[in-house]
Amino acid sequence: MLNPAAIPLISLARATVQFDDVTALDHVDLTLNKGERLMLVGANGSGKTTLLRLLHGLVPCKGERTMFPLAPRGRQPVTAMLFQRPFLLSLTARWNVLPALWLHGVRNKAERERRCHEALRRVGLDHLANRPARSLSGGQQQRLALARAWAVEPDVLLLDEPTANLDPNAKREVEALVEEIARAGVTIVISTHNLGQAKRLGTRVAYLEAGRIVVDLPAGRFFEERLPREAELFLKGELPWT
Amino acid sequence: MNPFTDSVLLALQLIAHADAELLRVVGLSLRVSIVACAIGGVIGVLLGTWLAATRVVFRPVAVWVVNTLLALPSVVVGLIVYLLLSRTGPLGSLGILFTPKAMIIAQSLLVIPLFAALSRRLLLDGLTEGGDQLRSMGASPLQSALLMLVHERLGLLTITLTAFGRAISEVGSVMVVGGNIEGFTRVMTTAIALETSKGDLPLALALGIVLLGVVGFVNVLIGWIHGRTASAREAFA
Repeated sequence: MLNPAAIPLISLARATVQFDDVTALDHVDLTLNKGERLMLVGANGSGKTTLLRLLHGLVPCKGERTMFPLAPRGRQPVTAMLFQRPFLLSLTARWNVLPALWLHGVRNKAERERRCHEALRRVGLDHLANRPARSLSGGQQQRLALARAWAVEPDVLLLDEPTANLDPNAKREVEALVEEIARAGVTIVISTHNLGQAKRLGTRVAYLEAGRIVVDLPAGRFFEERLPREAELFLKGELPWT
Repeated sequence: MNPFTDSVLLALQLIAHADAELLRVVGLSLRVSIVACAIGGVIGVLLGTWLAATRVVFRPVAVWVVNTLLALPSVVVGLIVYLLLSRTGPLGSLGILFTPKAMIIAQSLLVIPLFAALSRRLLLDGLTEGGDQLRSMGASPLQSALLMLVHERLGLLTITLTAFGRAISEVGSVMVVGGNIEGFTRVMTTAIALETSKGDLPLALALGIVLLGVVGFVNVLIGWIHGRTASAREAFA
């Protein structure tokens, strides 16, 4: 049932994304509301990454993708994305954040430095600001990419399996940061294979299969109710290899 | 001892005693090639960046032209520049034929396709790895390519050294547009050609040893940069 207090940010209607002869997303309907923490779960190749990229506007689609202007000033929501393997420039940590701010229209140098410093401080990398980004550990690199995304003050933060390649400690650090970002009012969409993570972080869970959203429920109901067969098999880790 | 060994010994003596003529020729060679690489590098890298970023309909033709010009014989470049700068040519009023400036123009034209083709390839490889993420940060295709240039600056240095090696070791274009004038436009390669034809082997050998030394040093630098780049990629993979 539609929550009357929900404020839509991005909506997809019959969205289809094709790459050559592969249909990555097939007639997807989805509305992302302000303040949600949407978890996308599904097997490899189910369309999670493509859905994130579509929400971010990186891929074209057939159907409709609508961004709703935010009250009161009517500006478009700002989206930022964290990729599974972040691409970091062969520069210092600081100089991986500053270009992102410049590209987002922050032309005042002092303001760029302030926001860069603040973002690095929030992810605990302020003391490594002048360290070459590529010399950081995997967890630190992921936190740096998070700082880069956070610095532009997004309304929607999209994360593609943000902890997939991290050890348990680094995983906890990144999850804690995501929680902090969500508490600050940023709408979060995360794709993950980690069902425990989906339970911990999500307010809403969508299960994808073959480019379609098969189930889309509040997190509490997703893990308690009876789901379609494929979703049940996925939750049990018994999805047949195709 | 045989004449060859005598020549080698004399050549080594010229180098050890920093023969004035030797130094003049080596100095001019380095000046011409370094300036040519600086000019050709700026133009070539900008062209390569544009080719990596643009989606204009004639891009495949432009890429084909640049790749074809990689194989342009240096003497043909010299001929083209000669025709442009000769008294009856469109730029004859500049009066720079048979001067180091003409040699710089010729070598710049020689290395522009090298810079353009190799920097385009370097950028395309980089953009395959990170282009999407740069786009997701809000970068346009050109901005992504320029950021990638900064990211791949070690690779760019390798390209520059490769172009320098090409420039300093070529003889065709500088012979045609420079005229190999003693004390004015004589560089290492043209001097080697002349001294060998005169039978004055010691100076030719000395210049050859220095030229090999310069090119060899450039190759050592290229190898070192490749080693650093490969180590960095392995460490952060």
